Amino acid sequence: MAQLSVVNESEGYLKVNYMNADRGIMSWVLTLDHKRIALMYFVLTMVSFFIGGMLAEAIRIEHLTPGETIMGANTYNRMFTLHGVVMIFMFMIPAVPGIFGNFCLPLMLGAKDVAFPRLNLLSVYVYAVGAGLLVYAMASGGVDAGWTFYAPYSLSTPATIFPALLGVFIIGFSSILTGLNFIVTVHTLRAPGMTWMRMPLFVWATYATSIIQVLATPVIGITAMLVGIEHVFGFGFFDPTRGGDPVLFQHMFWFYSHPAVYIMVLPSMGVISEAVAAVSRKNIFGYKMIAYSSLGITFVGFFAWGHHMFLSGQSALDSGAFAIISMLVGVFTAIKVFNWVGTMYRGSIAVNALLFYVCGFLFFVVFGGMTGIAVATVSLDVHWHDTYFVVAHFHFIMVGAVLMGVLAAIHMWFPKMFGRMYHEGWAMVAAALIVLGFNATFIPQFLLGNAGMPRRYFLYDEKYWMLNVASTAGSTLLFIGFVIVAIYLIYALKHGPIAGSNPWGLTGLEWQTTSPPPKHNFIGQPTVEEDPYTYQKKGEKVEHVVI
Amino acid sequence: MSSSEAHQEHEHPWYLAHHFDNIKVQNYAVRMGMWLFLGTEVLLFAGLFLGYTVYRYFYPQAFEECSQLLSVGMGAFNTVVLIGSSFLVVWAYHSIKHDQVKKCAWLLFLTIVCAGIFLVVKYFEYMHKIHEGQLPGKMYTFEGVTAPGANMYFSIYFLMTGLHALHVIIGATILAVLMVRVMKGKYGSHHNVPIELGGLYWHLVDLVWIFLFPLLYLI
Repeated sequence: MAQLSVVNESEGYLKVNYMNADRGIMSWVLTLDHKRIALMYFVLTMVSFFIGGMLAEAIRIEHLTPGETIMGANTYNRMFTLHGVVMIFMFMIPAVPGIFGNFCLPLMLGAKDVAFPRLNLLSVYVYAVGAGLLVYAMASGGVDAGWTFYAPYSLSTPATIFPALLGVFIIGFSSILTGLNFIVTVHTLRAPGMTWMRMPLFVWATYATSIIQVLATPVIGITAMLVGIEHVFGFGFFDPTRGGDPVLFQHMFWFYSHPAVYIMVLPSMGVISEAVAAVSRKNIFGYKMIAYSSLGITFVGFFAWGHHMFLSGQSALDSGAFAIISMLVGVFTAIKVFNWVGTMYRGSIAVNALLFYVCGFLFFVVFGGMTGIAVATVSLDVHWHDTYFVVAHFHFIMVGAVLMGVLAAIHMWFPKMFGRMYHEGWAMVAAALIVLGFNATFIPQFLLGNAGMPRRYFLYDEKYWMLNVASTAGSTLLFIGFVIVAIYLIYALKHGPIAGSNPWGLTGLEWQTTSPPPKHNFIGQPTVEEDPYTYQKKGEKVEHVVI
Repeated sequence: MSSSEAHQEHEHPWYLAHHFDNIKVQNYAVRMGMWLFLGTEVLLFAGLFLGYTVYRYFYPQAFEECSQLLSVGMGAFNTVVLIGSSFLVVWAYHSIKHDQVKKCAWLLFLTIVCAGIFLVVKYFEYMHKIHEGQLPGKMYTFEGVTAPGANMYFSIYFLMTGLHALHVIIGATILAVLMVRVMKGKYGSHHNVPIELGGLYWHLVDLVWIFLFPLLYLI
């Protein structure tokens, strides 16, 4: 079905669209259009992803041999710190809300723009300033305290840590502005007939994410500033030699940084909810459950931070409580997985790159989630704490699941954003490479961690050699996959076949307008008359389409 | 033609953004945005309040002795100044709602004066502390309180009051911008939400101080 309409060229391409309605560089620099802002985020976060990815590749190459391979120990410390900081603060947190939240949320709601377009533009520039500071910190010697900036080492390291912390603080503001904007947009700018229970699930997920962005980010802001002030002036807030408490730092840090995992993964879950319906051509199963479980994850996510501190002198009672709350996250995630699989069951499944990403996501989120339950178990965590097992676990969620969401979003909405289609064959090849490469990279790391290889160590024992080589080989596959994606997408920007306004045959409002959309999104005010994802009326059977 | 244009004018005055249907929705949106923003401000301060709680629990004696070194008189004076200024800003909002433009501008001006008085008093307090060697961190040379954790009290004192003073400066700047716009005649009974939001921000500044004063000066 999907491919049938891809080749249908008669649907056309809107010649005067949001990208060329106004011309000149200033029309981009000062734009208030959420779609253009989304494209700015697209470029910026993809550059960040490239930097973070190269740093990751450098780490993997360093670990090809147990001893020194291509860099010294100090450089290695800086590489893994910057990889974490860039990937988390510059790529994963802003990526899906910044690109697809901005682009799709107003379209999905039938609005002309987000509630505060000027704040939206400001968020891009605030992000750029923060990212610039982080890049400056890298260029001027780098930061070696790990992305977690744990005290007391972060207070005494000779590295130029202050600009990096200021960068984190400033990027946080950008995240707050985005979240605040989306919450108010959802409350005030829904089209007539778009009730809460008719909102697309991506909107629900973005709304849940925004709550975390608004409530948790200020805390990392003040924490980063405290560490920065201490590093410069020695206030002693977290410094045990001056009567401070380094565990207090860990509490304040994880109060943000654990919910931040859900800032990264919830939007991807929203994307997958859309994509599951798109590839199954069937009404979504358990709409309300998927919608509410996003809010559930938001809520319990705020009370799970202590599971990072089982070995930091926390009382057994606290650890037990945090462990149980952490497992509740697994319950809400399982509800989602159940409903996604229920949607696919007896659907008319389209075989395309989108399906590959959906399946990849389901595998990664289940596998990463199950190992998450395992490390949330206090007694097991004592064994795995600070080993590669933990590294592999959170990469399954934060790279596996989040990246599947990002890639699914790119592939699903690319025709809407640019009005053209990419090459489906190459897309499937790349998707297969990425899913396989990812598994090849991180499954060995589970084994390494379980065998006792600690994370963040420069040297490792020779018995870990083979699995490290396997992991590096996997990361190379992953890298090749991304290069292919970049090539066919950039090619499709100019030379791809015309996509038409609704290449996947979907029901969302964003597919009712032209591709690419006009400057003001819709011609006239759209209205909503039925529930989302109504592919079949009540009692109607799924029409199976053979492709 | 001209009547439909006039109708358009009526529907979309200058202060109504193009993507909102009517002023009611826009006002709802900006109020909600402001309250969310105030929530983030509270959470920003919450990190420091948490630190205060933890270290007061760790070092009760030092905190008690150190708090007696602060000038309750100056603190109380500043508290009265800030609460008074909050009253003034509400009065300013009330007057602009009744189209009393001049009065509103004057009241906003007086609010900014209060902010200035607060900062001057704070400056003298800080100068005294710096003179005594109570600046925290590497500059700490004070030996008047020997109980462990005295330096931590002053770290927290300077962090909390410093962040608050920064907010006083930001708040006064916002009110100054609003005052200029009031004098230009941009607001009146038809459009006064920006004054309301500026006032809300000023109340937050005031409210934080109402917590800081007893925690740092009195107990």
